[in-house]
Amino acid sequence: MNPALDSKIQNSVRPDATWEPMLECAVKEVFQIMLQAELTTIAKTAEEVSAGDTTAMVGLAGSLCGVMSIRCSSQTAESVAGRMLGSVGAVNPSEVPDALAEICNMVAGNFKSKITRLADNCMLSVPTVIRGEDYEMVTIADGEQIVVCVGYEHSPIWVTLAVHS
Amino acid sequence: MKRPRVLIVDDSSVMRKIIERSLRQAGLDLGEVVEAGNGIEALAAVRGGVFDLILSDINMPGMDGIEFLRQLVTLEEAKGTPVVMVTTEGSETRVVEALSIGAKGYIRKPFTPDQIKERVSPLLEVMR
Repeated sequence: MNPALDSKIQNSVRPDATWEPMLECAVKEVFQIMLQAELTTIAKTAEEVSAGDTTAMVGLAGSLCGVMSIRCSSQTAESVAGRMLGSVGAVNPSEVPDALAEICNMVAGNFKSKITRLADNCMLSVPTVIRGEDYEMVTIADGEQIVVCVGYEHSPIWVTLAVHS
Repeated sequence: MKRPRVLIVDDSSVMRKIIERSLRQAGLDLGEVVEAGNGIEALAAVRGGVFDLILSDINMPGMDGIEFLRQLVTLEEAKGTPVVMVTTEGSETRVVEALSIGAKGYIRKPFTPDQIKERVSPLLEVMR
């Protein structure tokens, strides 16, 4: 018996209909505060999948287990980094993944703070970033996926919360 | 008047730059700003000289902000140095833990320069 694990299982939090708008709100708040950027909502169809060659991910563990990811093009990631840093002109390439990782981290933290039962019972991992032209994100999570697509400077940014059941 | 020497501890170099920029945008007249990527680097920086203010992330690889704080409060060089946690943590448990160890406050990411100023200015006023 593991009392700590039992406690987490008993306190397990499941997604509901409020999570998608809350995730979208969490994303928009982070971009508004950190980049002074107003994101738009992009209606997505069921067939669409997230696309882009840059993905930042943060793991969640505790009363909710899963992965929060943000995916966009490298040009969008570069623009995000530039605005975060208040840069004029080109951004140091090494700072681009770092910036997107921090955005993902803040979105995950902001989202979980909006859900009472998650705030205190769900830990975030250190973020990871994947870059490349040809890859597909396959989540082994066998639970629900919440996907939000927002527009940043006319380019899409995909935010996905993949939940382990 | 002495300008405050500040230590910023965060595993993200982008976030360290943003914190420093926010401190300056908030109108704080800073002296030297030293950066550390985790608690281990931060302890080494503190052993190398006294700081007037430390801003530290919680969730970092190597040594996290809570363990850094635990070890920091035992150092003679850090006596009287206020520490403010800057974190994405929505978890009150970890924030309360940091406050109980000796942190003087916390700022949640994302933050505005005004929020930084609100937390940090009173701590620097005490120093004057």
